Amino acid sequence: MMRLPSFRFAQVETIEEAAALLAKDPDNTRLVAGGTDLWPNMKRRHQQAETVVSLAKIPGLTGISGDGKAATTIGAMTTLTDIASSEFMQANYPGVVRAVASISAPVLRNMGTIGGNLCLDTRCTYYNQNEEWRRSIDYCMKEKGSTCWVAPSSSRCWAISASDAAPVLCAINAEVELVSKNGKRTIPLADLYQDDGINYLLKSRDEILTRLILPTPGTWKATYWKLRRRGSIDFPVLGVGAAMNFAPDGSVQDARIFLGAVRSAPTRCEASEQAIIGAQLNESNIAEAATCARKASSPLDNTDFVVNWRKKMVERYVEGALRELGNLPETVKSPPHGNWAQ
Amino acid sequence: MAKQNSSHELKGQSLGAKKQNLNLIGKPYRRVDGESKVTGGTIFADDYQAPRTCFMRLVRSTVPHATIKSIDTTKAAKMPGVLGFLTGREMPIPFGILPVSHDEHALCIDKVRFVGDPVVAVAALTEDQAAEAALVVEVEYTPLATVASVVEAIKEKDDLIQDYGDDGNIHKRVSMEFGDVDAGFEDADVILEDDFFFEGNTHLPMEQHATVAIPEPDGKVTLYSSTQTPHYLHRSLTKVLELPASHIRVIAAPNGGGFGGKSDPFNHEVAAAKMALKLGRPVKIGLNREEVFYCHRGRHQVQGYIRTGFKKDGSITAQHLKTALDGGAYGSYGVASTYYTGALQTVTYKLPKYRFESLRAFTNKPPCGPKRGHGTPQPRFGFETHLDKAAHKLGIDPADIRLNNLVEPNTVTANYLKIGTIGLRKCIEAVIEGSGWRERYGKLPEGRGLGLACSSYLSGAGLPIYWNHMPHSGVQIKLDRSGGVAVFCGETEIGQGSDTVLAACVAEVLGINLKDIRLCVADTDLTPVDLGSYSSRVTLMVGNAAIQAAERAKEMIAKAVAKKLEVPPSRLGFADRRVFDVENPETGMDWPEAVIAAESEFGTLGTTGSYTPPRSPGRYRGAGVGPSPAYSYSACVLEVEVDVHTGMYEVKEVWMGHDVGQCINAASVMGQIEGSIYMGLGEATMEEMVYRRLPKNRSNALVHKFPSMLEYKNPTFLDMPKMTSYVIEDPDPNGPFGAKEVGQGPLLPMMPALANAIFDAVGVRIDQVPIGPHMVLDALEKKARGQNPRFGPKAFPTYDFGTPLNVPTEAEGGDGKATNVEDAGLRKDRGTMPEHKKGGARS
Repeated sequence: MMRLPSFRFAQVETIEEAAALLAKDPDNTRLVAGGTDLWPNMKRRHQQAETVVSLAKIPGLTGISGDGKAATTIGAMTTLTDIASSEFMQANYPGVVRAVASISAPVLRNMGTIGGNLCLDTRCTYYNQNEEWRRSIDYCMKEKGSTCWVAPSSSRCWAISASDAAPVLCAINAEVELVSKNGKRTIPLADLYQDDGINYLLKSRDEILTRLILPTPGTWKATYWKLRRRGSIDFPVLGVGAAMNFAPDGSVQDARIFLGAVRSAPTRCEASEQAIIGAQLNESNIAEAATCARKASSPLDNTDFVVNWRKKMVERYVEGALRELGNLPETVKSPPHGNWAQ
Repeated sequence: MAKQNSSHELKGQSLGAKKQNLNLIGKPYRRVDGESKVTGGTIFADDYQAPRTCFMRLVRSTVPHATIKSIDTTKAAKMPGVLGFLTGREMPIPFGILPVSHDEHALCIDKVRFVGDPVVAVAALTEDQAAEAALVVEVEYTPLATVASVVEAIKEKDDLIQDYGDDGNIHKRVSMEFGDVDAGFEDADVILEDDFFFEGNTHLPMEQHATVAIPEPDGKVTLYSSTQTPHYLHRSLTKVLELPASHIRVIAAPNGGGFGGKSDPFNHEVAAAKMALKLGRPVKIGLNREEVFYCHRGRHQVQGYIRTGFKKDGSITAQHLKTALDGGAYGSYGVASTYYTGALQTVTYKLPKYRFESLRAFTNKPPCGPKRGHGTPQPRFGFETHLDKAAHKLGIDPADIRLNNLVEPNTVTANYLKIGTIGLRKCIEAVIEGSGWRERYGKLPEGRGLGLACSSYLSGAGLPIYWNHMPHSGVQIKLDRSGGVAVFCGETEIGQGSDTVLAACVAEVLGINLKDIRLCVADTDLTPVDLGSYSSRVTLMVGNAAIQAAERAKEMIAKAVAKKLEVPPSRLGFADRRVFDVENPETGMDWPEAVIAAESEFGTLGTTGSYTPPRSPGRYRGAGVGPSPAYSYSACVLEVEVDVHTGMYEVKEVWMGHDVGQCINAASVMGQIEGSIYMGLGEATMEEMVYRRLPKNRSNALVHKFPSMLEYKNPTFLDMPKMTSYVIEDPDPNGPFGAKEVGQGPLLPMMPALANAIFDAVGVRIDQVPIGPHMVLDALEKKARGQNPRFGPKAFPTYDFGTPLNVPTEAEGGDGKATNVEDAGLRKDRGTMPEHKKGGARS
């Protein structure tokens, strides 16, 4: 079987210890939460570390706290299963639950954490391969090579942001808390990401994501539409996270739309938002929003499905998500997401 | 939503089993290995642990086609725990599954042919150490031109992948004509032609291949391996290791799934044996998933062309089929696969005249071989979608065009296959009734559709892989005073239930319980030869051999018991662990007493049974592929829901009827039908072995796109539709208790049934599999624009197949022989490896 290389495993008990270890040698130290991303990556040797610092034994990093009347805080080490199966979350943040429940498969959600999903390494079929395979293409820009094979004349890496949780959490304007030895700061989740397959997180190497803060549940509605090949296991090939506030007359007061898996970061579709803000949702402004979203997306041939079809699906899925939020009759069939309701 | 609700009907089971007065056979019961499998008790190859075992890894080629310039193990030799290396020069004798394609070496000697071809073996004290050392072995290559497709293989004349073959990179070329096909087309009212494409796919067994080789102090060696064919592996080891066969013992561990992917002798098996002998200690190798993709031997990618003449009533006057197979870098079963893409076209519907042309190309990819259905799903897809189109063109219901043209039982086809029983009519009737076909087909709302397709498969290949006159399967039975019955047979349990079939046949004949039987199987030292778990041969051949051995034992026991009870042996019954007077059932003795009587009468008790298939009527070159003692039949109706906005679709329900002749274990039969539906669903909807090149000006790479179980998509539980199986029983005289195969046949109709259902749902034709949603959407867009609403391949590659071998049909007065062997230019030594080459490759 595929073997892990040897490394030092640091089981720390405080966030300060973890931060100190990271700060000491940030280039050769990695954090592990549930390990569902890191361990396979290390087995394939495209992520390496001399020291892996586990966050598992640090108290206070798990749990959901909120009463539905104010913001909700979720510890970064809270498992995806705990979030998806939380009755509080199902009642107050159903769009987030749908996204989280759609991640991978039950056994991986039992180990995988929300912090891990938000910091998930970007993915690419030229990169998520074992050492011998990567040698046969002389590696790629994201690791030891110099070329981004999915766009060989490009000067940047086009690996894909593959988090299911991020698009909808960006859409509802969630925030994250980052801790380092220099202290802590809270930033909008959307500001954590940048569209670069290598440096996809805008945080310093020694910062640790400790908490996720969700806005007060209220009049806004959010949803997530995930495109993938199978009813389980698969990473998104496209994720549409959308959140909306409606005025009393039914017009859209505010809207935020983010696409996942079409670039190296969750991609905000401001033109799509502008197309619907101030009006009631109708066939024509939904179509316009969908077209704008397609223009904002840039799918390449480094994940599942055919590129041209995926571009069309951006339109269809944005339409589907907006129609769902606007309570319009379903046209595009909604994808099979997780099945926590049963 | 829980979707795994499935149901079953056994049509006429009581008929078969009751008519034969059977106790166990035909009922659903627990497999003999069931408890062990579900409790983790089964010892798979990777579970064997011998003292001082060390671990081996293979260093595999990272280039697609190259000569090996140098191999440097200096750095690796200094790595912790490293014990030794092997290179190709230490095993210079080639091997391969077919005697005509001994084109593999345990490790490449001077040339590599695909990314994943093994070059060096490394052994170390631990698996980790072997893995680390393998990563630092340095191999330098000189690149050669690469071939990635059939079309490229036809064009590339310089850097040939193999140094044998029919024509450059064309490994095998076949051209044959049964009857006057041109005259057949002239008789037709309507002639249809179609191009189709079937992407290659792989077996994906849960168990990755593993081997443990244990040297013995006297120079012998024992191999435990996850192989479907211990006998053929035994022969390959004998050849490469240059040891007498009696010094090598191969034990096939129960396979955690095979599906054809463990039917070849593999590099890692040969290298492990050699390494064990070299180091003088046990060697274990367990492949990782990537390596399983590189072993491959899966479904060939096939492009096909099919042209058929029909009368207005839907009967067929003639057919011309062309197939082009992308074979990968080695021969494997490829010559047989090539013939199989044509051989079984004739066994379902009356096809009086038939022309078949085929080629198999070498390409720089992992070798293709036999996967469940071996070579027949691809042309079956072409035929069944083609027939659906013909039915529409002629205004005939797709069920009727099939029902009206079924092959008659006990006939000989145009290509000289002998058909015995055929239960296809009952299969079709069962699925059209179950699905409400007559009321619903063509009448469902837009987006919903039903599709029908049928198929047939062999119950065992009529000929062995190497020419010989010995039995295909042997069984030995040992009985003694304990009442225990030991059954020895070379058969290999690969999850299909062959152990249970073996035990059940013996238990039925002797009237004892399954638990009275101790099995000793798949051990080349201890068990009589069985050729292996391939071609759906085990139930029929092992079953017949077991029945013969058991009947012989029964006869001895009956003689002894009859003497004691003073009744004629013919009046004795064997049931419920008793031997008794059927006219006076209280008179009798229990089973151990009966065996004691026989052991007292005859001394130590042992019997044997064996099976050899009947000779087939074909006498032309190529007639060896296709004959079988019995053909199974399947019919499938599939219901689909298509989203016209996206092209995405969901298979909602499947009704599968299968003519199994007679169930040996009804539960296993149902399991095989459901497993076939599952595997067929994967091939129909998503599975594909696809490769990518990098821009040629930057790289010579040619790699498998995603050798992993995450990105090579196959269905999950959640993707399974509701299933209903109909088990059709119509006992075949050649089968044990009338049994035919079920392991492969029910997979075949899934792919065309889906394509046909999509047509019924949204009126577009998808002439290729797997059917991606982009294909459906593309065809829907064409339909909206008023263009031909089809997604599929363009024209068949241009290739001159030469003069076909003419074989007049039986109806034309033919005798099974070809009439123009000289004109057809058949050679003895092309396309097949001359046996004198490559170090005297004798088999």
